[in-house]
Amino acid sequence: MTDTNMTVMTESSAAPATRPALPPPTRFRFWAWLWSDKRALISLAYLSVLVLAAIFAPLLAPYPPNEQNLMDLLMPPSAEHWLGTDDLGRDTLSRLMYGSYNALYAAGLAVGIGVAIGVPLGVFIGFVGGWIDELGSRIIDGVLAFPPLVLAVAVTGALGIGLTNAMIAVGFAFAPVLARTMRAQTLVVKNALYVEAATGFGASRLHLILRHILPNAIQPVIVEITLMLAVALLAEAGLSFLSLGVQPPESSWGGMLARAYHYVEVAPAQMYAPGFAILFTALAFNTLGESIRVLLDPTIKRR
Amino acid sequence: MMDGVPGMVGRRLMQLLPVMIVATFVVFSLVYLMPGDPAVMIAGDYATAERIAEIRHIYGFDRPMLVQYFAWVGSVLQGDLGHSLFSNEAVLRLILARLPHTILLVIYALLLGAVIGIPLGILAATRQGTALDKIITSVASLGVAVPNFWLGIILVTLFSLGYRWFPATGAVSVFEKPLEALYYATLPAIALSTGVVAVLARQVRSALLEVLGSQYIRTLRAKGLSSSSILWKHGLRNVAATMLTIAGLQVNRLFSSAVIIEAVFAIPGVGNLISYSALNKDFPVVQGVALVLVLVVILTNLLVDVLNATFDPRVAAST
Repeated sequence: MTDTNMTVMTESSAAPATRPALPPPTRFRFWAWLWSDKRALISLAYLSVLVLAAIFAPLLAPYPPNEQNLMDLLMPPSAEHWLGTDDLGRDTLSRLMYGSYNALYAAGLAVGIGVAIGVPLGVFIGFVGGWIDELGSRIIDGVLAFPPLVLAVAVTGALGIGLTNAMIAVGFAFAPVLARTMRAQTLVVKNALYVEAATGFGASRLHLILRHILPNAIQPVIVEITLMLAVALLAEAGLSFLSLGVQPPESSWGGMLARAYHYVEVAPAQMYAPGFAILFTALAFNTLGESIRVLLDPTIKRR
Repeated sequence: MMDGVPGMVGRRLMQLLPVMIVATFVVFSLVYLMPGDPAVMIAGDYATAERIAEIRHIYGFDRPMLVQYFAWVGSVLQGDLGHSLFSNEAVLRLILARLPHTILLVIYALLLGAVIGIPLGILAATRQGTALDKIITSVASLGVAVPNFWLGIILVTLFSLGYRWFPATGAVSVFEKPLEALYYATLPAIALSTGVVAVLARQVRSALLEVLGSQYIRTLRAKGLSSSSILWKHGLRNVAATMLTIAGLQVNRLFSSAVIIEAVFAIPGVGNLISYSALNKDFPVVQGVALVLVLVVILTNLLVDVLNATFDPRVAAST
C-alpha cells in the first residue's frame, strides 16, 4: 500500500545530484502538455469529476447518504438504485459520492500535514547544516524506520479515533519522507553558483531560502506529493476499514468495504463499487505523479 | 578498524544506535499525544480515582519526561513492556504469541513477490518496448494502486466461499503444523504481495535496462558473447544488490499492509493486536507492538546490509 512511498524514496535519493538548477524556461503551456500526455489527461479528467462529485454530492446524489430503507436491504443494482443498497438499505451510489468527499479530504489533509512539517524541516536542516543537520537526519531515519501504517494506527490510538486524527497520524508518517527529499535538494541548490552570487550581493538568509532555494528544490517534492495522495487515500480506506478512520454513519469507501465484507455471502456485488473507486483514484494520482515527474525532468523516460 | 563483514556489522550497529534511540523515543512519547491527562485517557470512561492514580504511577507521569523515558527504556531492556489494561497479561507475552503469524505472512508475501516480480522485471527488460513489456508495466501500476485488503476480500469470495479451495479466515501455528500454516497463509500472502510484485518488477526492469545499456555490456556483446550468457552472468549479478535492497525496504510496507490484511482474514497476528488495542485504548499494547515492529524492521535492514556485504566485498568496505 505505501509502496509509492518507497519508490519515491529510492528514486529521490539518487535524483538530486544530476539536477542543475535551471532558470524557468518559456511560459509553461499547460493545455498543450495535457494534450500531449494522454495518461495525465485521463487522470486529471477523472480526478476533476471526482472532485465535482464530492463537492456537489448533496445536489447530485439520488438519495440522502444515511437514509435507510429497511424494505430494500442489500439490493443488487437496479433502476432505482444504480449500484444497489447496503445492509441498512442505504443507496450505494449516494454513499460512494459522499465517501469521495471524505477520501479527498483525508488525502489532502494527510499530505498537507506531511508538507507543513516535512518541507520546512528539510529546508532548515539542509540549509543550516552542521550538528543540527546531523540530529535532524537521525530523527528522520528513526521515524522512517516505522512501518507507516503501524505508526499511523499507534498515533491514532493516542490522539483518539476519527478521520481527522487518523490523517494527522498519516501526515506524521509522511513528514520524514518529504523532509529527507527536501534536505537533499536544499544541499544541492545551496552550493549552486547563483545562490553563491546572491549571497555575495548580500541577500539575507530568509531571502535566499524563499526566493532561491525553495523554488528550485521543490520540484521533486511536487512529484512526491502527488504520489503521496495515492498512499494517503489507501491509508484512509484501510484505517476506515479497521474503524479507526471515518466513523459511522458517515460514509467512506473503506468503511463501505468493511460492511460489504460482512455480508459478502448475501450480496457479493456490494464490494465492487467502493473497491474500484479506491483503485481508480489511487491509480489516477500515481499516473499523474509519473507524468509530472517526466514533465519536470525530461531525462527520465516514462517507465 | 576491523575489515570485512564483521567490521561492517559493527559499524552499522553503531549507526543504528541513534535510529533506535529516536524510534524508542517516538514510541515512548506517543503517550504525550493523548489529549488531556494521559492517565485519565488510559484509565477509560468509568475509572475510579484510585485506578487513575495507579496508572499515573505505572507510567510515572508524575516524573520529568526524560527520567520517564530512561526508566521506560530500562524496563524495556529487561523485557518488560508493561501489562494490557484489559487482560492484565504481560504485553511482551501477548506480542510473542502473535508475532510468528505476522512474520510468516510477511516472509511468505515477500517470497511470492520475489518469485513473481523478479522474473516479470527480467521479461520486461529483455523485451523492452514490446506488448509484453507494456502489459507488465501496466500490471505493475495496478499492483501499487490496488487496496490489498480489497484484493483479500475478492480472493476470499472467489477461492474460499466460491470454490472452497482455501479456508476463508483464521491461521494455524507454524510451529505445530507448518504445512497447514502455509495453506492458511496462502490467500492473505497473495493479497499482501501485490505491492512487492509491482515494485520489484519495475525496479528490476529499470536496473537491468541500465546495466544492459552500459559500456561494458556493449563491449561483451561486441566480443561475441551470447545474449543469455550476458544476461545471466553479468546483467543479473549486477542487479542482485538492487533486488535485495528493494526487497528489504518492502518489509516495512508489508508490516503496514499486514495490519489490515490480518483483519480481513481474522489472523491473530500483531497487526490485528495493534488495531484492536488502538480501538479499545489498550495503550501499553499499542506501544509494545509499535516498538517490536520497528525493531524487527531495523534488524531486517541490518540483515540486508550484511547479505549485500557478503555477496559483494566492495559494499563491506564502503559502509
